[in-house]
Amino acid sequence: MKNKVNTEVTIAGVTLKNPVMTASGTFGSGMEYGEFVDLNRLGAVVTKGVASVPWQGNPTPRVAEVYGGMLNAIGLQNPGISVFMERDLPFLAQYDTKVIVNVCGKTIEDYLEVVEKLGDTGADLLEINVSCPNVKEGAIAFGQNADCLYDITSQIKKKAKQPIIMKLSPNVTDITEMARAAEAAGSDAISLINTITGMKIDIHRRAFALANKTGGMSGPAIKPIAVRMVYQCANAVNIPIIGMGGIATGEDAVEFLMAGATAVSVGAMNFVNPYATQEVIDGIEAYMQRYGIKDIHEIIGCVK
Amino acid sequence: MGHKKKEMAAVISQKEIAPGIYDMWIGTTLAAQAKPGQFIAVYPKGESTLLPRPISICEADRENDRLRIVYRIAGKGTKEFSGYGAGDEIAVMGTLGNGFPLEEAEGKRAFLIGGGIGIPPILQLAKEMPGEAQIIAGYRDSRLFLKEDLERCGVFYAATEDGSAGTKGNVMDVIRERGLSADIIYACGPMPMLRAVKRYAKEAGVKAYLSLEERMACGVGACLGCVCKTTKKDAHSHVNNTRICTDGPVFEASEVDID
Repeated sequence: MKNKVNTEVTIAGVTLKNPVMTASGTFGSGMEYGEFVDLNRLGAVVTKGVASVPWQGNPTPRVAEVYGGMLNAIGLQNPGISVFMERDLPFLAQYDTKVIVNVCGKTIEDYLEVVEKLGDTGADLLEINVSCPNVKEGAIAFGQNADCLYDITSQIKKKAKQPIIMKLSPNVTDITEMARAAEAAGSDAISLINTITGMKIDIHRRAFALANKTGGMSGPAIKPIAVRMVYQCANAVNIPIIGMGGIATGEDAVEFLMAGATAVSVGAMNFVNPYATQEVIDGIEAYMQRYGIKDIHEIIGCVK
Repeated sequence: MGHKKKEMAAVISQKEIAPGIYDMWIGTTLAAQAKPGQFIAVYPKGESTLLPRPISICEADRENDRLRIVYRIAGKGTKEFSGYGAGDEIAVMGTLGNGFPLEEAEGKRAFLIGGGIGIPPILQLAKEMPGEAQIIAGYRDSRLFLKEDLERCGVFYAATEDGSAGTKGNVMDVIRERGLSADIIYACGPMPMLRAVKRYAKEAGVKAYLSLEERMACGVGACLGCVCKTTKKDAHSHVNNTRICTDGPVFEASEVDID
């Protein structure tokens, strides 16, 4: 006999039916995975990063497999905010799930333009990408210096109608410094980790595996790093944390929740298992039933 | 048209048909929806090799729910697959991609050109060809894998790099040497071959459909890993990039910027 467990969580006033969302860039705007999973079951869909104008992205090869994970250097290819608002947002509006739009830019003005345009749309939350390692300008440059991060966060916060989530890079000396800067500047939540910069060399071709030379590493191999950083940030700030990095199963998600994340994202594992998001949701519920946990808050941050 | 799904397939048989090239039949419900030129994602079991391997469909036996894949060992994943035999299970997802537009060949004389590990998808295409199939296959040497199968579906010409069988040289040398011509072209193979086919088609004033490949992650159009540059703005991406896994792998040659 299974008792219904309460998996609802709230982030910056937005209540999700469960803590499972998709990591930006791994799920498009949900269209491609609608054939595999019922999007209505997801706590939220986090979209691929969108900029003020279309971005071409990097040359190929853009992806490479590494031990227990992968490298990507897509370079934030996206159709631009206009197409996104005409096509992707109405698509997502059909579903009973929260919509988190990931915003990217090369300059602060780019970010502000996208954030302002999204102001009157149905987007529930905005995730600000200041941590993509694969574009030359903007993105990670804002996320690797606490002063820059504070500056961009406070400027976006002034213009944003929706609550904002600053997405942090693990490619820093001390991630808690970035988490504190985001919180101090008014960020409503933070998400972490973005990918870890890596490199792979094809020894048979004597060439880099990726055209961009470096790429962002994701997948199960990075999970311990992500769990550690979520734990550190949970102890450094009071705003909610969305944890991600190699989550493949419900057990993985529970680990992040115990480390202090209020919600979690499934990223690269969508590529490996198109049903991953659904299985993570089922896995969390199964874990809760097994241990007689009625409310998910009983385990959030329970490991001190 | 079926929809995409991931399921466990049963390995029915497997044999090595040329050095490093394996011929595997699998039992899967995906066969019912398979079209020539489509591919499936095949998943290694190893925990360190996570991403699916995109492998073209060589033959589809829709009545008996069986698919044939012929692939080359290119790394750890395909090496693992090559060790499977009857009774083993293997995870597959599909069917993926658009496939070759067969209707375009109605009543026409077609070139079906395959190079190396681009030869396998030509077989199912040749089996369903509504026009006259002139099959031109480029091999490294006299190990002419799939030759007997292809001969049953049309006129078969081979080229070998070392000249040990057929025309010495590549697929374009076959066309030149024999003075062949066609009204439409379908091709799958390495990029230099596809570029040559594209140039030839333009000169000859015939349409060519090229099957491309690229490093992929998701296989379903979400990750934007496997893009190819396009000559015009792509309807989905709104930039000059198209997704090989979803909008392809088959493109009309003038649509893609491969030069």
